[in-house]
Amino acid sequence: MEGTVSEGLPVGGTGDGQLPSGDELIGVESLVKHFEIRGGLLGVRRIGAVRAVDGVSFSVRRGETLGLVGESGCGKTTLGKVILRLIPATSGQVRVKGRPIFGLNDREMIPIRRDMQIVFQDPYGSLNPRMTVGEIVGEGPYVHGLRSRQEREELVRELLARVGLNQSHIHRYPHEFSGGQRQRIGIARALALNPEFVVCDEPVSALDVSIQSQVLNLLDDLQQDLGLTYLFIAHNLAVVEHISDRVGVMYLGKLVELAPVDPLYQQPAHPYTVALLSAVPETDPRKRKKRIVLKGDVPSPAAPPPGCRFHTRCWLRERLGNPERCATDEPALREVRPGQMAACHYAEEVSPAAIEAASRASESGMTAELAAG
Amino acid sequence: MSLETPGVTAVAAAPRRAEERVSRGLWSDAFSRLLRNRPALVGLICITAFIGVAILAPVIAPYGPYEQRTGGRLEAPSAAHLFGTDLLGRDMFSRVLYGAQISLQVGVIAVLMALVMGGLIGALAGGLGGWVDSVLMRVTDVLLAIPGILLAIGIIAWLDRGMLQLMLAIAVTYVPIFARLLRGSILALRESDYVIAAGAVGASRLRLLVRHMLPNALTPLIVQATLILATAIIDIAGLGFLGLGPPDPRTPEWGTMLVDARRFLQTAPHIVFFVGGAIVVSAIGFNLLGDGLRESLDPRLKR
Repeated sequence: MEGTVSEGLPVGGTGDGQLPSGDELIGVESLVKHFEIRGGLLGVRRIGAVRAVDGVSFSVRRGETLGLVGESGCGKTTLGKVILRLIPATSGQVRVKGRPIFGLNDREMIPIRRDMQIVFQDPYGSLNPRMTVGEIVGEGPYVHGLRSRQEREELVRELLARVGLNQSHIHRYPHEFSGGQRQRIGIARALALNPEFVVCDEPVSALDVSIQSQVLNLLDDLQQDLGLTYLFIAHNLAVVEHISDRVGVMYLGKLVELAPVDPLYQQPAHPYTVALLSAVPETDPRKRKKRIVLKGDVPSPAAPPPGCRFHTRCWLRERLGNPERCATDEPALREVRPGQMAACHYAEEVSPAAIEAASRASESGMTAELAAG
Repeated sequence: MSLETPGVTAVAAAPRRAEERVSRGLWSDAFSRLLRNRPALVGLICITAFIGVAILAPVIAPYGPYEQRTGGRLEAPSAAHLFGTDLLGRDMFSRVLYGAQISLQVGVIAVLMALVMGGLIGALAGGLGGWVDSVLMRVTDVLLAIPGILLAIGIIAWLDRGMLQLMLAIAVTYVPIFARLLRGSILALRESDYVIAAGAVGASRLRLLVRHMLPNALTPLIVQATLILATAIIDIAGLGFLGLGPPDPRTPEWGTMLVDARRFLQTAPHIVFFVGGAIVVSAIGFNLLGDGLRESLDPRLKR
């Protein structure tokens, strides 16, 4: 890892978008997940599909934290689960340490499961209410062949201590714990197999703000001590900025921007990223906020717009006089600046001046609306 | 407790505490909640009395269920015959007690049979999915489309009268209910985070089903079984009333007893009253208990 995450220091422009495959831990290649909508009398006719993830490619490097942000429903959670093969993909491939995992059978998957784990968003739904903490955390080791009850209990106690829980809680049931404690149990379960890669699926968004930082710090400490690699899914941009080395931005099942954290937050290349960042509340009231309010709702992922998925709401396209290309050609993820990838035909047009003008236009639009309404 | 301390070391360094204990599971927790629920407690008392009477009938009953006395026919309740006597001079109190035995036996065995058959179908359908699911569910749909009592009558007509047939007939009518209930629970649980998490650590499909899904799908089944026991008791009496009960007409079965007493509704209403009362008390008891169980076991009320 290039920088210490805990200090939130910049990783610097060393990262490039296309990686040398040498330090790739997880490779995601044109991953697609469509949820079919079935209808008709017998419920077998395919009448459409929700394109939750629609052709996403990226790599996760060993030791880094890749943040993944996007609005609710953009497919980031689905992406995380598909990568771990917890739900089957429609097409595409995922490589773990260079080995493609789609197509392996259940038995061949078992050793691979040791390498990749998940921490869930909901600390209440992610623990089996009928099992004790010891059974929950010890299940992975048991399944992977650690049959001795005593050794398992020792391991679980170690893990509980590691995540900051009292070891004496091993025989308790999940309902006896608070949300933050439950999340720690979930983290202990993920660590029990000593994985290299952990998908953190909004691990703090269901927790109290005071507990959030504790759990984040815990994840941070664990990463440094154990050399973990995270895919950190969240919708809280501040959290992602704090914890990530690189950040991917998703919109409607597509990755629209992928860049190291500093360039992305300071000089976003995709108009959607710009709008997303402008929505982060400013803590300093004296600073004038450049807010770009997107018009309308996110289109349905069952019927995404043609061309660029963002063109229906894009402020940049409006400024450029609605070029036809946005509605017909789907932009590919390309390197806009060294290390910074964005999927926009006109990413070069995103400049501080353009953002300033767009936010002013957006604001006057809002005032006009207020006056009218 | 210092559980949310951020530093790992602080807690890790703490020695094992004295409070290390095997904590109360969900079951004992639920039971204590059940006892605080007034209607459920009433139900529990009814059921305890019902089961106690059924088991202890030979001890409590002052007369045998078949014991006839000439002379004392259709007597009103008295100290010697608490519930009076029937047409053949048999002691109604004793017969009602023995009737509890039959209702309990047939009801419990029938519901258990339904639970096992329905549970198996539901677990297979929900666990395997695909065409197995489709076929099994269409079969249960067919069973569900036929009114329960009609189906039971048909089965008894087909297999002839008898205790085992009676149990089987009642069991079959409730199979689809259990099957659908378990299948629904499993389908919902399959998407739950903790089942996915167990899959992520590499648990096999069978382990997911047995260790994670079934234990969590159990409570609605238990609740449903208790409630169905109430209807099963009424069904047994109903089939007995229709003459499809136990083959021996002398058997102290509540439905058969009702049909015998029906003719004397005006001259000796006490017979109908006591037999009907016994059916009502046991059915209401199971109903109240079932509702109470639902409340105390529902995981949504408690996380």
